Amino acid sequence: MTDTSPEPGLSAPFWEAAAQGQLVLPRCEACGRFVWYPRALCPHCGSDALAWTPSAGAGTVYAVSVHHKAPRPELAGLTPYAVVLVDLDEGVRMMARAVDADAEEVAVGQRVVWRPDPDGGKAFVFAPA
Amino acid sequence: MSHPVRGAAAVVGVADEVSPDGTIPGDLRSVESRVIRAALDDAGLGLADIDGIFTCTGGTMMHSVELAEYLGVSPRWTCSTQTGGSSYELHVEQAAAAIALGLCETALVVYASTPRSDRRRGGAGMGVLATPERIEWEMPHGLFLPIGAYALAASRHMAVYGTTSEQLAQIAVDTRRWAERNPRAFARDPLTVDDVLGSGTVASPLHKLDCCLVTDGAGALVLTAAHRVPDTRHADDPVWVLGAGSHHTHSMISQMPDLTVTPGVESGERAFAMAELGPADVDVVELYDSFTITVLLALEDLGFCAKGEGGAFVADGALGPGGALPGQTSGGGLSFTHPGAFGMFLLVEAVRQLRGEAGERQVEGARTAVAHGCGGVLSATSTVVLGTEEVR
Repeated sequence: MTDTSPEPGLSAPFWEAAAQGQLVLPRCEACGRFVWYPRALCPHCGSDALAWTPSAGAGTVYAVSVHHKAPRPELAGLTPYAVVLVDLDEGVRMMARAVDADAEEVAVGQRVVWRPDPDGGKAFVFAPA
Repeated sequence: MSHPVRGAAAVVGVADEVSPDGTIPGDLRSVESRVIRAALDDAGLGLADIDGIFTCTGGTMMHSVELAEYLGVSPRWTCSTQTGGSSYELHVEQAAAAIALGLCETALVVYASTPRSDRRRGGAGMGVLATPERIEWEMPHGLFLPIGAYALAASRHMAVYGTTSEQLAQIAVDTRRWAERNPRAFARDPLTVDDVLGSGTVASPLHKLDCCLVTDGAGALVLTAAHRVPDTRHADDPVWVLGAGSHHTHSMISQMPDLTVTPGVESGERAFAMAELGPADVDVVELYDSFTITVLLALEDLGFCAKGEGGAFVADGALGPGGALPGQTSGGGLSFTHPGAFGMFLLVEAVRQLRGEAGERQVEGARTAVAHGCGGVLSATSTVVLGTEEVR
């Protein structure tokens, strides 16, 4: 299958760290706030001084939707799976899939922790803390 | 002093096209041409009168430029701005503003889309949502768009405010009650809350019947300046643009600041302020109903009820025929038609209600209406307040 993923570019350090099992987040050196997703200018203050900063990956489920149908054939084997929005303790929100839990049991307010993609792909997951 | 856009332009022509089986024959330009012809006939105007053109589909890139060439129109105001389902409310806002400033006099707003026919022909849908940011940060996680995004919003609203699936289902039920009164609606069989809850789930907590239809459809509007209204077929019943506002806060659902608060707070406040009206003055609402949660959030954000109280507000059938706030009176995107963007049909129905042309579903004595479009994944909203001559 042809790889249609975008050029890594700006986010390359994220994926390199993820491959080592480490979560890193862009943090603005001008205003001190964390940023997600990676971009060239801080969306809070406009500075271009963004630095990759290690994160413990701890967060809280903000919203969850259990998907009984997958949008692409390669994900069909995963159903039912829980798509979550997680608020990391650093103040940014990430989308990911929940793992190591019954999808129907994943709840808003639950504490979770970030993990790299168990299949080594361009994804990541959250597991119960 | 009133806002200079308030009452400067009137809708004097409307048309829409749907079909009982949800498909419309012909290539897209032919479909567009039919609704344009019908809207101009309704207005009693011709293509030569058009000096402003608004469309954001149907072409390849320069939508309004491409359509204008096809029609043989050389407009002095052109707009291809695309904000998803709210584009047509945005176009009305921009047309009214351009008309108020004398930058154009008579505007044509056009929409046509044939996703149901395209699907039968094997075409792929939703490719337009595949932005580079989504490809990298959302799609790998299996989010089913657009339903998954709206499901996340419903999840959050339920968790924070205790909103129930039954309350959301009631919105679909009341919308269907309007569709039963609309002979042109696609889905007209009576519907119950249990039917909705038992309809299956793609992305919880939404059910299949919390989701809009996928049909072909087309529509067009003609707006003109106040001094031209007497030259039209609707000299005696123009529908005035009293207020309009637009706002967007994000593109991807994972970037939405608060999943229980849409940009409708801002677009609605500005539209009402311009109109010198408030929610209590509105006789009929046409709220974008891509999903039941879209309606519930709009009710709260436009001020028809307090934040968090949308579930209780809709639970007793307030939006249905005879309810306190008649809403989505065509049968909406849930039961009438939904060709990918429902915003045009909200406006067409609002105008018909204010003219008294809505037949069995007429809201008696309607003088004010709100058409509220919502595009993307609760990303962009545009709110239009319309009124009859009496309230201008």
